[in-house]
Amino acid sequence: MPIAEVPNLIPALPEIFMVTVAMALLMLGVFQREGDGAATVQTARWISYLGAITLMLALLLLLTVAGGRLVGFSGLFVSDSFAVFFKTLVLIGAAMAIVLSPAYLEHQGIARFEYVVLILFATTGMMVMISANDLISLYLGLEIQSLSLYVIAAFQRDDIRSAEAGLKYFVLGALASGMLLYGSSLVYGFAGTTNFDALAAVFHAGEGNAPALGVIVGIVFILAGMAFKVSAAPFHMWTPDVYEGAPTPFTAFFSVAPKIAALALLVRIMIGPFGELVDQWRQIVMFLSIASMVLGAFAAINQRNIKRMMAYSSIGHVGYALIGLAVGTEAGVQGIMVYMAIYLFMNLGAFACILGMRRGERMLENIGDLAGLSRTHPMLALAMAIFMFSMAGIPPLAGFFGKFYIFLAAIEAELYALAVIGVLASVVAAFYYLRIVKIMYFDQPAEPLNRPIGREIAAVLLASSLIIVFFFAYPAPILAAAAAASATLF
Amino acid sequence: MIQFPILSLIIFLPLAGAGFVLTVRGDKEVVARNARNVALLTSLTTFILSFFLWFNFDTSTAAFQFEERAEWMPGLNISYHLGVDGISMLFVLLTTLLTPICVLASWQSITERIKEYMIAFLVMETMMVGMFSALDMVVFYVFFEGVLIPMFLIIGVWGGPNRVYAAFKFFLYTLAGSVLMLLAILAMYFVAGSTDIPILMETRFPVTLQYWLWLAFFASFAVKVPMWPVHTWLPDAHVEAPTAGSVILAGVLLKFGGYGFLRFSLPMLPEATVLFTPLIYALSIIAIIYTSLVALAQEDMKKLVAYSSVAHMGFVTVGVFTLTVQGIEGAIYMMLGHGVVSAALFLIVGVVYDRTHSRDIETYGGLVHRMPAYALTFMVFMLASVGLPGTVGFIGEFLVLVGIFQVNTWVAALTATGVILGAVYMLYLYRRIIFGKLTKDSLKKILDLSPREIAVFAPLLILVLWMGVYPLPFLDVLHVSVNHLIEQVNVAKAAAGGVLAAR
Repeated sequence: MPIAEVPNLIPALPEIFMVTVAMALLMLGVFQREGDGAATVQTARWISYLGAITLMLALLLLLTVAGGRLVGFSGLFVSDSFAVFFKTLVLIGAAMAIVLSPAYLEHQGIARFEYVVLILFATTGMMVMISANDLISLYLGLEIQSLSLYVIAAFQRDDIRSAEAGLKYFVLGALASGMLLYGSSLVYGFAGTTNFDALAAVFHAGEGNAPALGVIVGIVFILAGMAFKVSAAPFHMWTPDVYEGAPTPFTAFFSVAPKIAALALLVRIMIGPFGELVDQWRQIVMFLSIASMVLGAFAAINQRNIKRMMAYSSIGHVGYALIGLAVGTEAGVQGIMVYMAIYLFMNLGAFACILGMRRGERMLENIGDLAGLSRTHPMLALAMAIFMFSMAGIPPLAGFFGKFYIFLAAIEAELYALAVIGVLASVVAAFYYLRIVKIMYFDQPAEPLNRPIGREIAAVLLASSLIIVFFFAYPAPILAAAAAASATLF
Repeated sequence: MIQFPILSLIIFLPLAGAGFVLTVRGDKEVVARNARNVALLTSLTTFILSFFLWFNFDTSTAAFQFEERAEWMPGLNISYHLGVDGISMLFVLLTTLLTPICVLASWQSITERIKEYMIAFLVMETMMVGMFSALDMVVFYVFFEGVLIPMFLIIGVWGGPNRVYAAFKFFLYTLAGSVLMLLAILAMYFVAGSTDIPILMETRFPVTLQYWLWLAFFASFAVKVPMWPVHTWLPDAHVEAPTAGSVILAGVLLKFGGYGFLRFSLPMLPEATVLFTPLIYALSIIAIIYTSLVALAQEDMKKLVAYSSVAHMGFVTVGVFTLTVQGIEGAIYMMLGHGVVSAALFLIVGVVYDRTHSRDIETYGGLVHRMPAYALTFMVFMLASVGLPGTVGFIGEFLVLVGIFQVNTWVAALTATGVILGAVYMLYLYRRIIFGKLTKDSLKKILDLSPREIAVFAPLLILVLWMGVYPLPFLDVLHVSVNHLIEQVNVAKAAAGGVLAAR
């Protein structure tokens, strides 16, 4: 008889690998011989390459381990194809963000190895979130992620905006975590368990009777906390400031990976344990969705800073994804998955373009600085235009198909009002995306930006723009993967 | 018969050309020359290929021909399905004809960023041909909307002083209409379980749903046609767009709306079509009379031609909704004719604009003394626009009037005033530009048509006269398909009547 039962580690193998490597990299960085500035930069650079490789290895591991529904740690942790799909997106997003980082950090004089280590920890936290099968592991993953993100947001510590971003995010994030925790405790108190499967069973058994008021209040608190994490209106207030203040490659990371992870978590918790209570939470999600779409469309119009504009744009995109959740069907979840996959590449590509905006020693962030980019940097402008048209949802670019599947689900569920508001908001949003195109293509060139823009940026740009442009030609694999993954939740 | 993917070839050949132009590098001169040559060569090859459709088209059947089908989104039952019938085949030809003409017309007038310009035109050709040959709603929508991107850039980059406003207005107006259509397409998908157009044509939609669907389609097509009162983007877009942009806009893009009504609203939503016909008549009559009067008051040549387009499109919508053979054939013929004539008229304006850089009617007068060939060409197209017998305009207008007269004499009478008003503003325009004494100094040294310009106008001129004098080959192509369309509508109406009676 064994001394202690060894827990089933297989489902969490990628996470364990990530944590181990991240700690090893941390040690490597710490015990590196103290040198001059150049040595620090060098260390940071190769650690970031190692970080990107780690993420790719984790992805490989993830895909190898995947198969069926693996449950570990006494039901705390689950790895199914839904988790695999979202983890793949998060890992790709994190890897691309790391690739984009070193050049920027070196220019800003903040190249330190902790940056990549923190991103690795944050990514691990996201993976735990995605795989959470219990309110406890949910909170654990969320906090691993958030604590790392608070620090990175303030990474450019000499810069007042970055410090402000970090602090703001920390204070509001802690509040949201508190709400989430309070909601979880209410749910536990009234349902008697924290395990998702058990919760689902409890609510399923109580079908027909109105659920206890405490449970409803708990769900509302959980929803509010999660809405903060996905930056859905009206819990979006921190988003523009944090996007603007944080170092740009981090903003790129920030706008995709945590959002995808939090959305995955939101979908899992709402469809899984609270699936029986869909009538109770549907109006809330619909409200969040409409508010986000409308706010994202109108508030972005007047922005001068491109990072702020992207912040509002991302709020709008979350609004569209939430339509899929409000629908609450398999088609809706599939729509969310396709939408987020496309959103990942659009957003990373757009941020790669923003990282290419450098004149002399200065990074530029004003939309007006893009003036006449099509003449000075035709390829950069073309890529940016592709991302902007795609975000506006114009076919044949991928962004259209993202919206298409979402609206498909909405119409199927007969949520006509939501769909009509959604498409009309997308027309308003098209205005500010077009404005970027207008500034790049119609306006007279300003002083040219630096060239070349850098190999890493060019590589990310090329990869994401090819995916966005040619998605239409062969959408079947992503669709099939999303269909298979969403089926596991029902 | 061996299925050769001719439609895909016609659709994607221009895109391949665009891809090739994109890779051209070197100094400005070389790039410009290569871009022009490649664009012309590709679009001409496409045009020649499209003759394959013309010669191998079977006029005895209303079925879709040259069909192609490939898996696209297998789980959703949405496939890449192409094919043409009598209604769409001629529009494909119109598109492939106008694109090389546009490339040729921009040979010298566009001097900046030629490479991007040619890419935009080739991409647009792909979208337009794809739109007309799509047999799946989603494929249709992708092409229908995809046109916006190149057109937005063409107006915005190479347009006139107020181009930004015009480009945004064009884009947002059209987009706002189209997104509602997208929702309608999705709603139809859930009723029929497929987005395949032939299947949807066989599907009977519940009547109340039909009304909503019809309105959603109407929102999109009315903007595209454009119908009064959502026509205001058109004059702006036309005035600001470069000549070739206006040509494509008037020649092909405006036909999207009429084609959409014929392909979707009529056969798929027959009850709603019958219900809303008076609305269409009312808006069309307003368009015909009001915009004709507006055209009369214009000082800008391009604006005048633009408003005349709105008026002519009023004839088209009246004709489509008569639901008679003559009316619908007339409407299609009118669209084809308008595609050629208004394209030619914009080119006519472009000729003098290239020389003097003015579109004001005021700045011209007495051009016949310096430009006799130009005056003659202008006259033919002007008369075709007026609808003089012997030109293409006459056949279309006549058929539409015959069609509408069978249905509603009052509408017919009001529609017919458009013929007179059309003659008034066109003849007035012609007199002010061509006749009179040549007194203005800026015109003293103006040159007549160059050989390149003659090459541009010659095919259009021949077509205008051929289609006017001997319309049979074109009507032959249309006839079976239009009959089939009307039959579809009538069967649906009868079925609906039967259901009502049974209640």
